[in-house]
Amino acid sequence: MTTARRRPYGVKGAPYAFLLPATILFALFFALPIGYAVYLSFRKVHVSGLGLGSGARKEVWAGLENYTDAVTDNELLDGALRVLGYGCIVVPVMLGLALLFALMLDSDKVRFAPFTRLAIFLPYAIPGVVAALMWGFLYLPDVSPFYYLLQKLHMPQPNLLDGGPLYLAMANIAVWGGTGFNMIVIYTSLQSIPAEVYEAAKLDGATPLQIALKIKIPMVAPSLVLTFFFSIIATLQVFNEPMTLKPLTNSLPLTWSPLMNVYADAFRKGDIYQAASEAVIIALATLVLSFGFLRAANRRQKQEATR
Amino acid sequence: MPNTKRTRLVASTIAVALGATALTACGSSDSDSKTESGPVSLTYWTWTPGMDKVVDLWNKGPGKKAQITVTVKKQASGDSLVTKILTAHKAKKAPDLVQAEYQALPTLVSNDALADISKDLGDTKSKFADGVWQQTTLGTDAVYAVPQDIGPMMFYYRQDLFKKYGLSVPTTWEQFAETARALKKKAPDKDLTTFSANDSGLFAGLAQQAGAKWWTTSGDKWKVGINDAATKKVADFWGGLVKEGAVDNQPMYTPAWNKAIDTGKQIAWVSAVWAPGTLTTAAPQTKGKWAMAPLPQWSAGDNVTGSWGGSSTAVTTDSAHTAAAAKFAAWLNTDGGALQALAKDSGIYPAATNAQTSGAFAQPPAYFSNQSDFYTEAAAIAKTTAPSAWGPNVNVAYTTFNDAFGTAAKNKSDFTAALNTMQDATVADLKKQGFEVSE
Repeated sequence: MTTARRRPYGVKGAPYAFLLPATILFALFFALPIGYAVYLSFRKVHVSGLGLGSGARKEVWAGLENYTDAVTDNELLDGALRVLGYGCIVVPVMLGLALLFALMLDSDKVRFAPFTRLAIFLPYAIPGVVAALMWGFLYLPDVSPFYYLLQKLHMPQPNLLDGGPLYLAMANIAVWGGTGFNMIVIYTSLQSIPAEVYEAAKLDGATPLQIALKIKIPMVAPSLVLTFFFSIIATLQVFNEPMTLKPLTNSLPLTWSPLMNVYADAFRKGDIYQAASEAVIIALATLVLSFGFLRAANRRQKQEATR
Repeated sequence: MPNTKRTRLVASTIAVALGATALTACGSSDSDSKTESGPVSLTYWTWTPGMDKVVDLWNKGPGKKAQITVTVKKQASGDSLVTKILTAHKAKKAPDLVQAEYQALPTLVSNDALADISKDLGDTKSKFADGVWQQTTLGTDAVYAVPQDIGPMMFYYRQDLFKKYGLSVPTTWEQFAETARALKKKAPDKDLTTFSANDSGLFAGLAQQAGAKWWTTSGDKWKVGINDAATKKVADFWGGLVKEGAVDNQPMYTPAWNKAIDTGKQIAWVSAVWAPGTLTTAAPQTKGKWAMAPLPQWSAGDNVTGSWGGSSTAVTTDSAHTAAAAKFAAWLNTDGGALQALAKDSGIYPAATNAQTSGAFAQPPAYFSNQSDFYTEAAAIAKTTAPSAWGPNVNVAYTTFNDAFGTAAKNKSDFTAALNTMQDATVADLKKQGFEVSE
């Protein structure tokens, strides 16, 4: 009797017991800090008098002040626009190259496939800061071997650390570092396409190009969506590259990207409250953008399925 | 049974309470008499290289006698340490001793992170120049730190190249501009120096030399004078040179800058007493070819310099052993042996005046072996340092400087506009924090 009563209870409780560690960790290290950041974003410091000595500084309720400041601060919006411009270069070029490389590696004609795959993937293994430092070196006319060659060949030497070319220079670092990872994701899903599909296509007289365009690409569409999704998030959060290149040029302000703005407010100006509100806004924007994209992608897939 | 349990609980509660009272009594008597009994161990956050060796001297010598042991925890330098101290202080866990740059002291004091150690320092004040000491008091009766090193500014130039191009060492800023133009005429691909927007300390020092007072107080109000006449003069001067192309506009401390000063593409550098260390790593090939001279003056016959860099040792409010910590801070920065070791192992230029001419500074730095009176001259220049005026949001002003002057230098546009941006941002930040600001 007792065992009969306890068993269903145990089965019912088991999922919760299994969930518990993850839930506790999630609450402690994810939900709690986020909650604290949101709390901080509604606070500010208030100083009385000269602000020297003890008790001169108090944390007070700020209401929406930090948010209105963040929204009316042109730097945050300008930063978002700059990152948008940067993303418009990075995402298509990187994913285009990743898809191209994946398709090439997947074709029967490629030689040294394992080596090539590794060579394309390798830059992803290099930490972003190191990559940015290395490229920064190569972009500086006075120390770059490329500029030396251009000079010897009497070719024009563009200033890569200023104006429009700066976006290309920065995008180049991201593309160089990110293509390999995205290629692997797409390549893996290409590998999982059953061979019969290709066989049927070949019997129907499809050329390799047709197979690539009409079969392979539609069949890896879910991984393309996934890589696009990751790339959008990575682009919105760009920080390492501009931060590392910053000391090399006057053209990169400390507020170049939204995250740099947050960093400058929190750790250079010491205003964690303002920084928290900006972080919340960026997180919300990222959520809206990425989920918006996912929903749009899902809707299209469903439409295609019903067709 | 339950009765006994309860009795025991009550008994232990009373015991704990009694113990707590005893502890409190102990604590209060301690702070009253300011004498420490029993061994004390202190933690010290610093970025100075080789500080552990200097602290070893204390731990084996005077520290052992006084039963005060100091442990060094190596930190990143400058602003990031300020952030770290403030964060630790929020959790009431800041270390006993910290290294802090002079311009960071008001920020730390305004966050109530630094203890007033005026009562524990004895005659320490007499060991320092007034202008240096004043930075640790913030103009009050309190003392928040003991000065450690200073960075009086000087003019560094390539002796050989100055001769080659027939240039003479400028003694006024007017001559400095002429020298820059003369060099451009003789060698269009060379620059006298660069105006760099990536280190605000340099600009602040130049403004200080011109007599600027960026933060002042009157009553309960702060006054921000970043765009005062003196600073405007400095900004206009450099803005003009950048605009006409007489000096370069690229940032320093980049690989490109290193190469430029190493190969003679830039032949001078407005810097401070610590420049030999930087030049040793940045321009290793031109060792022995550089020379140091006093900073050019705004009017002939003047003899003033600014300061760029320099730091102090402070005791935090979280320390339970303020007196012991202050004792160590005073020893570290005034004791002959300690200063000797600081000069040798850490390569700092001491703030204590008698140490500047001590044995450690009898020989010039190896990089300047050609200038035998380097440190005699440096000590004389250090005496002419203009007073500085720091406020509670130097970090905001400095951050704004980087962006505003970076853009202005890039576009070769009006530096005064950049200066006004800096002033407005600094005032706006003070007001936002609730400081009273007088216009």
